[in-house]
Amino acid sequence: MRTAVIVFPGSNCDRDAAHALTMVTGKQPAMIWHRATEMSTVDLIVLPGGFAYGDYLRPGAMAARSPILRAVRDHADKGGLVAGICNGFQVLTESKMLPGVLMRNAGLKFICKSVELKVARADTPFSNKYDEAASIQIPVAHHDGNYFAQADELERLEGQGQVVFRYCDNPNGSLNDIAGILNEAGNVLGMMPHPERAMGQNGDQGDGQLFFKSLLDAVG
Amino acid sequence: MKAIVHIALKPGVLDPQGQAITGALHSMGFDEVTDAQQGKVIELDLQGVDRVAAQERVEAMCSKLLANTVIEQFSVEIVD
Repeated sequence: MRTAVIVFPGSNCDRDAAHALTMVTGKQPAMIWHRATEMSTVDLIVLPGGFAYGDYLRPGAMAARSPILRAVRDHADKGGLVAGICNGFQVLTESKMLPGVLMRNAGLKFICKSVELKVARADTPFSNKYDEAASIQIPVAHHDGNYFAQADELERLEGQGQVVFRYCDNPNGSLNDIAGILNEAGNVLGMMPHPERAMGQNGDQGDGQLFFKSLLDAVG
Repeated sequence: MKAIVHIALKPGVLDPQGQAITGALHSMGFDEVTDAQQGKVIELDLQGVDRVAAQERVEAMCSKLLANTVIEQFSVEIVD
């Protein structure tokens, strides 16, 4: 599987993502700077966590308008896989590649802890190695993870089964406990929790490994 | 010429910062406050456009970047 990680000024999980991808695929991802306008063909693009452009204006707002996003969008339009983690999820909603928006946490605090997630869909390229309805432990680290969408949008999202991960104990006020969603086509995923920080090397259970192994399995 | 852009959350969108401000004001004895909405103001200096064009173009800037219209509404004021 060929992979790439997009690096924005202010990304801080790009190396963690690269480490996780290398661990699972055996190959290092291409690290693509945000000013690039084109990139070689890959199977998966990861938009990493962090604070791209210092979260100026709104989290993800500047990154969503950066030059590389056109290449990311082209990749997705052709059916290529895109995973936005934390700040990457915010970039995907800001670029309208995913519906809704990540608002300030309902409790207004930055939350950094391991949370329990329920796998709502185990038949996606991002989750096929998990058991349906499995409970997994993945850390969150965000200030703006409170998922919001207008009522009709939320209904469409639920009706089409686009919610992949839900919080078991909602930490941030997200509507319907949403932690991660797919686009309609099923090839673009955004999630606030960090699977790349749960690779079993930091005293954790390694529940993030199956996220990356799912992608490897989906691509072959 | 200057454009002043006001951005606020749409009615009905939960505003935890506004709620926190309301709560703080109440705790300070300002009981007449029933609600607070926190938004942002962006001032743009413009040149080479007339007022009509400025209004139109700044509204486009709001839709495309300055506001996230999923949750935010905006108003534009052009001043000399």
